[in-house]
Amino acid sequence: MSDAIRPAVERVLHELRPEADLETLPAGADLREELDLDSMDFLNFVIGVHEATGVDIPEADYARVSTLETCLEYLEQHAGA
Amino acid sequence: MADFLMPSLGADMEAGRLVEWRVKPGDRVERGDIIAVIETDKAAIDVEVWETGTVEALLVEEGTRVPVGTPLARIGSGAATGPVAAPPEPQAETPSAPGPPPLEAVPASERPSLPTSAPAPPPTGRLRVTPLARVRAEELGIDLARVRGTGVEGAITQADVERAASSAPAEPPVGEEPARTLTRPEPAAPPSPAGAPEARSTALRRAIAAAMSRSNRDIPHYYLSMAVDLSSTLSWIERTNQQRPVAERLLPAALFVRAVALATREVPEMNGHYLDGEFRQAEAAHVGFAVAVPGGGLIAPAILEADRKSLGDVMADLRGLVSRARAGTLRSSELSDPTITISSLGERGGVDAVFGIINPPQVALVGFGNIVDRPWAEGGLVGARRQVTLSLSGDHRVSDGHRGSLFLAAIDRLLRNPEQL
Amino acid sequence: MTAGGTRQLQYRVAMREAMREALLADERVFLMGEDVGAYGGCFAVSLGLFEEFGPERIRDTPLSELAFVGAGIGAALGGMRPIVEIMTVNFSLLALDQILNNAATLSHMSGGQFAIPLVIRIPTGGGRQLAAQHSHSLEGWYAHIPGLRVLAPATVEDARGMLAPALADPNPVLIFEHVLLYNVEEEVPLEPATVDIASAAIRRGGRDVSLITYGGSLPLVLEAAAELATAGIDAEVIDLRVLRPLDERTVLESVTRTHRAVVVDEGWRSGSLSAEISARIMERAFFDLDAPVQRICSVEVPVPYAQQLEEAARPRASEVVRVARALVEGRPVDG
Repeated sequence: MSDAIRPAVERVLHELRPEADLETLPAGADLREELDLDSMDFLNFVIGVHEATGVDIPEADYARVSTLETCLEYLEQHAGA
Repeated sequence: MADFLMPSLGADMEAGRLVEWRVKPGDRVERGDIIAVIETDKAAIDVEVWETGTVEALLVEEGTRVPVGTPLARIGSGAATGPVAAPPEPQAETPSAPGPPPLEAVPASERPSLPTSAPAPPPTGRLRVTPLARVRAEELGIDLARVRGTGVEGAITQADVERAASSAPAEPPVGEEPARTLTRPEPAAPPSPAGAPEARSTALRRAIAAAMSRSNRDIPHYYLSMAVDLSSTLSWIERTNQQRPVAERLLPAALFVRAVALATREVPEMNGHYLDGEFRQAEAAHVGFAVAVPGGGLIAPAILEADRKSLGDVMADLRGLVSRARAGTLRSSELSDPTITISSLGERGGVDAVFGIINPPQVALVGFGNIVDRPWAEGGLVGARRQVTLSLSGDHRVSDGHRGSLFLAAIDRLLRNPEQL
Repeated sequence: MTAGGTRQLQYRVAMREAMREALLADERVFLMGEDVGAYGGCFAVSLGLFEEFGPERIRDTPLSELAFVGAGIGAALGGMRPIVEIMTVNFSLLALDQILNNAATLSHMSGGQFAIPLVIRIPTGGGRQLAAQHSHSLEGWYAHIPGLRVLAPATVEDARGMLAPALADPNPVLIFEHVLLYNVEEEVPLEPATVDIASAAIRRGGRDVSLITYGGSLPLVLEAAAELATAGIDAEVIDLRVLRPLDERTVLESVTRTHRAVVVDEGWRSGSLSAEISARIMERAFFDLDAPVQRICSVEVPVPYAQQLEEAARPRASEVVRVARALVEGRPVDG
């Protein structure tokens, strides 16, 4: 499953921050901090992820998708559920 | 038949470069269609047409920079027209082809489409430049069209050129137009729509500096601030967002825009333009929202008629504007001058307040600091609350601290009653 | 041997000393004109010379400028070194035929066989309530004429020093002495300085604007420059000294440094020397100009008799200050 999710999430992040190099993102880095995403960017990220994977991340769960790793984990748990 | 003119995409815009035509002669266009991409100092903008009809001729070639008001294309009425004429020679910026004066403060949608209706054009479009200043400008590579003259009869002098040179260090020739009469050949290929990023960033920073310097010089600012308890409002947003599809979720910024827009109805002297020594109150609240753009700088596109839209529509507009501003694909109508501007620092960070500089010809700027947890006293008790510090930069030529206080109080009341937004 | 030290010297006395020196040095030199002898000169320039040198060399003439200027030309042709004084520039018009058709042309028409080593001294200018027939500034007209050298000593040093080289010049030389300068006293070296009769002088160095003038207007222009300095404007003052042939180079070099020029000329503006200066700046220094050249001239009326009207008609220091400031500060010049 993660084989499909990871490229989708990276594509969404790339659209938001074309100049960012996701390869060099430190493990466990907070996406908002690292990519300087404000609330509008993060909302667009959540919307993009929803469009790409069908997973609706409620606001209450934003803390659980704060890093790339936790986000992928969260999406894997909820995808197709 | 009407001419499609180089629009004024901001009070400080004097000229723009036609980067790309999205139509060709013979194409049918409808009011609101994007027909060209125009590059200003600030951004590449998708420009909409205000006529419905048929493109009869494109008058300016891609890559050409022309003054505001220059006819760019001829739009026919849509009735059967004769064979489409070959595009005539592009009207490059020349002293002998005076356009009408830039219609600076009139939003694009209200501008007359025919140059003949422009009031009393100046007798000549020719710049007044002293011979010495011309020589210096050539030596320094300074574009005289952008230099403000302080000499006899407003002539540009050597000192003006040197001042312009020192305020624009190492101006790259790329993406910049040559001086009007000391013409260097235009680059054969038009620059990419976004322009060279560094040149764009420098030009944007310079445009901001010029506008802010003018503002600080001309506008007697006064500043007010007040803390607003946002706790219940944020809870309301959370509850609301649980019921909204993900793409329609609200952000506090949308509430800020609505609250400011509605508050201008109560204190209308915050909403409008100060031009030619008098304040002109606006009919509707076109709320500018300052957006940081990649590479540095700010741009404040307008959410049109924010006082007449629903909160959801404002949120949708805001989301679109911010995305397009950051991607460099704003539309011309979104860049027409706002009637009031918001500068919001967002939800993350610990900065209490922002005291902005008013963006002329507007007369007020409302600042929102970061949303922070702070002790809050109410009913004799102190508790932690989510709060935001609201600030007002006002123009003493139009209003004063008393009216400003009423304005902030109205925003505060509106924000704390989100269901009314 | 140059003596150290200085002395106070009056312009009028300096001119007299120069004539006395020339009379002593060369017995071909003589002075003639109306009332220059027994009376001592209308402006007392030759006072005492009659007593010292006698009626042969200090000659009173009939009131006929045409005749005595012609006689002076004849004397010069005959090998003498005459100094002819005409009472005012207005009266010189009666001798214009002699000056233009004979003095200025004979050397040229004779293929250089005849020299006219003649000096004509002419008081000029207004400011002394002598009304419209005695107060004009027509030196610009003479500066129009090829074959003449036209001098305008504006300082005591030049009044003292210009006569000797003028007498040594084989061509006719006109020396215009502004009537307001006669009473000016200045500190000069005990030993008279040698001066040239070819170049303009920078009387005050400055960076911001060139004030170009000559003769009787120099004092008011220097006064204006001093006032401009208090306003932070550093004006350069050019004294043309020689109105023909013009020392164009000094003027152009100055304007090339300051990029702005104001020409102050007591003559009328239309067709004046100031027009010539302005035109040459435009022709030769156009690309160094940072503002249009300005001129301050006399009002185009016959010089009035009434004191306040005469004052109002002539160039004033305050006007020079106003125009120069406007030019430097970028304000409208008309006002």
